[in-house]
Amino acid sequence: MTAGNRHPLFLPLVVVGGILFGFGLGFSGMARPEIVLSFLRLRDLGLLFVMGGAVAVVGPVYFLAARSGWNAPLTGRRYGRRLKSMDPNVLAGGALFGVGWGLSGICPGAAYASLGIGNYPILWGIAGMFIGAYGQGFVRSMSSGRDELDASAVE
Amino acid sequence: MDTLVSALALSAVLDLFPRGISQYLIGGLLVGTGTAVIYLGTGISAGASTFLESTLSYVSEQQRFQQPRFVTTRDWRIVFTLSIVAGAALYAAVFQGGTWTTDVQPWRLFAGGLFVGVGTRLGKGCTSGHGICGVGSVSRTSIGNVAVFMSVAIGTALAVSAMGVSP
Repeated sequence: MTAGNRHPLFLPLVVVGGILFGFGLGFSGMARPEIVLSFLRLRDLGLLFVMGGAVAVVGPVYFLAARSGWNAPLTGRRYGRRLKSMDPNVLAGGALFGVGWGLSGICPGAAYASLGIGNYPILWGIAGMFIGAYGQGFVRSMSSGRDELDASAVE
Repeated sequence: MDTLVSALALSAVLDLFPRGISQYLIGGLLVGTGTAVIYLGTGISAGASTFLESTLSYVSEQQRFQQPRFVTTRDWRIVFTLSIVAGAALYAAVFQGGTWTTDVQPWRLFAGGLFVGVGTRLGKGCTSGHGICGVGSVSRTSIGNVAVFMSVAIGTALAVSAMGVSP
């Protein structure tokens, strides 16, 4: 899918979805590292309701859409669940992610939202994420064969 | 007696939620709605962290970043990210009354970001891709990833705090 043959409503829909997403992250407090850290230190478990609330919406939507057998109107893509293959990297990556999240209280989506609420020091965190993602990709490019490059196979 | 036990139990539960739950729940429902809107229109599970690699494809010739799944999505992923920033700015304008900045030290943000950047790419997703879309899909891979990052993050945050690092 290139920019040229996209449905004219594709980008506007991404904008609407992104604004809802960012507004929700701001409203929930997740854009503030202090709130995330107070959750991770088990002082305030309210953050469970952010993930819970999001899954409560997304879960039924995915379930019904995937069962319908229909295609998405703007892309013609068949609705499917988000399934990725399991391998040791998924767990190792999760562990590294957990170290970073626990150290800083930021994850990618919340970091973008944090910038939106005026928290410019979060640029340190976003810079770290880009450098980390680049380093990971650089090492993978060096060490892996082409066959392994697209690791998004279905579970 | 029963009343006393119930009252103590209730107070113990309330202690776990010192700020209440409504803002968390409403925020989460909005985040889920944003994800669902994009999914229903496009069939795409929009996670937040693929933006890192897809944007790197503009500046790096590494074959890792030049895969079609990054190059063909990099423009809308930038739009998605900027919209997240805009949505949060809208929240700040309406409810926050001005800007807010963190007291968490820059080195923690930067070092944490490094780990998050490596971990999310190695682990095929983040809090939104695995935590919302993947868990919402009842994907065993995603549930495993979330269980690992949640427990490691709790352990890390407790350890950092115990070492006296604050904020």
